[in-house]
Amino acid sequence: MTLAANRIVEGAGVAAWNIAPASVTVPGIVAVLIGLTLGMSANRTRLRLSGAVLGQAGLLWLLMQGAPALLDGAGDYARVSPAVGFWCLLVVLMLLMADALAALRPGPLQRGALLAVVLVVLGAVLWSGALSDLSVLKEYAGRRDAFLSECMRHLGLAFGSLAAAAVIGFPLGVLCHRRAQLRGATLPVLSFLQTIPSLAMFGLMIPILGWVGDTVPGAQAIGIAGIGFAPAFLALVLYSLLPVVGNTVAGLAAAPAAAIEAARGMGMTPGQRLLRVEFPLGLPIILTGLRIVLVQNIGLAVIAGLIGGGGFGTFVFQGLNQTATDLILLGALPTVALALAAATVMDILVDLARPARKEIS
Amino acid sequence: MSFGKLLRPALVALLLALVLRPTWFIPLFRPLAPAGGPVIYERASLLSLSLSHLGLVAAASAAATVVAVTMAILVTRPAGAAFRPLSRTITNVGQTFPPVAVLALAVPALGFGAGPTLVALFLYGLLPIFENAITGLTTLPVATMEAARGIGLSRLQILLRVELPLALPVILTGIRLSVVIALGTATIGSTVAARTLGEVIIAGLLTNNTAFVLQGGLIVGLFAVLIYDAMVQLERHLSRRMDSASSLS
Amino acid sequence: MIEIDRITKVYEGQIAVENVSMTVETGTITVIVGTSGSGKTTLLRMINRLEEPTSGDVRINGDSTRSVRPHILRRRIGYAIQGHGLFPHHTVARNIAAVPDLLNWPRDKIRARVDELLALFSMDPAQFRDRYPAELSGGQQQRVGVARALASRPDLLLMDEPFGALDPIIRNRAQEDLRRIQQKLGSTIMLVTHDMEEAIRLGDRVAVMDGGKLVQHGPPAEIITRPATDFVANMVGDVERPLRLLSLIPVIEVMEDGRVEGAALSTQASLRDALSACLWTGRAEVPIERDGVLVGRVTLDAIRARIGSHA
Repeated sequence: MTLAANRIVEGAGVAAWNIAPASVTVPGIVAVLIGLTLGMSANRTRLRLSGAVLGQAGLLWLLMQGAPALLDGAGDYARVSPAVGFWCLLVVLMLLMADALAALRPGPLQRGALLAVVLVVLGAVLWSGALSDLSVLKEYAGRRDAFLSECMRHLGLAFGSLAAAAVIGFPLGVLCHRRAQLRGATLPVLSFLQTIPSLAMFGLMIPILGWVGDTVPGAQAIGIAGIGFAPAFLALVLYSLLPVVGNTVAGLAAAPAAAIEAARGMGMTPGQRLLRVEFPLGLPIILTGLRIVLVQNIGLAVIAGLIGGGGFGTFVFQGLNQTATDLILLGALPTVALALAAATVMDILVDLARPARKEIS
Repeated sequence: MSFGKLLRPALVALLLALVLRPTWFIPLFRPLAPAGGPVIYERASLLSLSLSHLGLVAAASAAATVVAVTMAILVTRPAGAAFRPLSRTITNVGQTFPPVAVLALAVPALGFGAGPTLVALFLYGLLPIFENAITGLTTLPVATMEAARGIGLSRLQILLRVELPLALPVILTGIRLSVVIALGTATIGSTVAARTLGEVIIAGLLTNNTAFVLQGGLIVGLFAVLIYDAMVQLERHLSRRMDSASSLS
Repeated sequence: MIEIDRITKVYEGQIAVENVSMTVETGTITVIVGTSGSGKTTLLRMINRLEEPTSGDVRINGDSTRSVRPHILRRRIGYAIQGHGLFPHHTVARNIAAVPDLLNWPRDKIRARVDELLALFSMDPAQFRDRYPAELSGGQQQRVGVARALASRPDLLLMDEPFGALDPIIRNRAQEDLRRIQQKLGSTIMLVTHDMEEAIRLGDRVAVMDGGKLVQHGPPAEIITRPATDFVANMVGDVERPLRLLSLIPVIEVMEDGRVEGAALSTQASLRDALSACLWTGRAEVPIERDGVLVGRVTLDAIRARIGSHA
């Protein structure tokens, strides 16, 4: 426990029970311990869930109490941040919670509600200012405007490239589904594109788009240039094509052969077959492709920070340059949270798209 | 087909030339470099960066393979079955973490240098291999498994002679995914001071030297595409052998 | 009336169906029987133009099938296949309504038709309407598949091995249902099978295909008693031949007056059932009843006399 919950002030570790008077720390530590014990218990799922939640509440309590207590009298430039032990405990407890939740098999709507609750709690804690003494949030306070605009930029990159990839990928996927030759030519090319390391891809976009910006009249006016948003966006779109096209093809091919034969035999036109049979049956797989793209692009958009494309990556790489851990966290933590939230939402959509299959065992 | 016959040797030749004889490309890259600036990256030899890059990926992937396959074997045994749901949750959640974020988060914990890169590559590389190994070990043909038990193989013999060989193509696919991700993440590793080819690209970005960016990007891209292709060929070869074996039996 | 007129299908130099002509009367069942690769399925699929004939023509009530576009043609022709081909994401009702929906029938007419068909197939509409195919048994799925094919009251119903995926007991029941419903609705049906037993049970006419050619086309009794080629004789089978013939003859034909002991057969039974009852009980005769009242008997001698003229 010593190692597992210590705190760092200006680089010095402070153990959990030393951060504040015992009357304050004991409830938190006890909650964490009880939470861990309950969370590990093998068979009672609900017990494990409540244990994990209790443990996280304990951690939060320690954090809320500890930060101001430590800062008190430590000088204006002092910084408090949770150390490795905190993060490890947090990850363990979150995994226990995720595991217990998975065992409970909540329906898609329940999961949506759960996600909303988690986001509201997270938002409330951050908004209330209870944690505002933490150094990550001090970094945030210093960069509030930049944070918001980079956040919008990040979302724009991730969702915009998703939308562009969908607009290009769906028709391409339908065509590939219909013509085996085109499929044979397209999919390998797209999977090679996917293979190119992200930094190299972003880098390669720079000379290409730089050249386009310089030679095509009017291209620069709409923001096409070697550095910035455009190369990042294009790289993300290229990465997204394989999951979109590949899963569209796989999804459309997932309809049972007998159902397709019956659809043809009863007089459906190719368009009707696509809209009424192949597309609805393939929707879960197609949405899974979009889930892959969204999660992948939220992650990859970080790299845009390196080529001036903006997004949370800006903070991450600034932080890495300045060896400023808190700045790295300010970029990395929202990215991770965004990716997890997006994955959960997309999973819910995939489940909703699945036809009633309750009786199939 | 055309890729196999013509493109593959051409790309290998291009890659070797780029790494070993970078000076050949000076006329090509000249227009991209800033006036008077260096055209070819000279702070470190491209060969040593390539070797360091590949070494990092190889070490991380090898370690990840050993650990992930061992874990997959353990949780697919009856004794380890209780851990399967938890391990599945970890894999699912873990793969949602962006590799860059894993790398960035490893820095506060482990400091700068090759260390955090290696750890991040290793941790992230575990997931696809583990997932595919589980898939491979749990989707074996039932009849084959029954037959293996029926002719009196021990559990260990079944594992070594039947399960692992049959699951090998699927496991290899996992390793391929893992290696491709590792190659890409290692490139970004240069931002935390690991010696990789990403250094060339970053240097180009910092000094507005597109020639550097292009060089680094081409080399890394070619490595990735060729390694990917080689592993696909290996998988095809293995699964073809297995298909013809099963159709004979 | 369906007229198939010198129809031929050639795939890349391979002849699948060669110069087949036959006429199917309205309100009858024609069963096309043959081994795999005999061209029977190709022949069936050329009727609704899932395969385009290389040459020849098909006319339904005098109109060439080439006079309309294929998907319009198919909406007029029911099509049921092995493994039912139901849409897994649609309810039973939506599956049955598929063709009426394509034809833009008004909604209440569709609903009434769905309920009518479910009832016809002995499935309670209230109970089954909103279920998904995965929630049905194999036999129920197959019945919904046939109901869907009949939904728009097609001129013709094509069935490709419709009972192939069913186990023997359910298959028997499905065949009886099909017979009953066909008689009730007066549908015209063409059915493909590789099972001669099924062909003889169901067909008003049986067409035997071999190597892409139509080798014999006639009533089942004629196929059994006067096979046109060795292949047909082989399909019928030397050993089963008399039993198959007996199965076509109702007991009524050779029934005599007189009361005998033992469990009675219904007047609907065939001579095959009567022979079987005699052999099993060790008696030389079996009583026949209609609606629970004894009406006569069938003797072994009468059975022998009816069948024994094929030396």
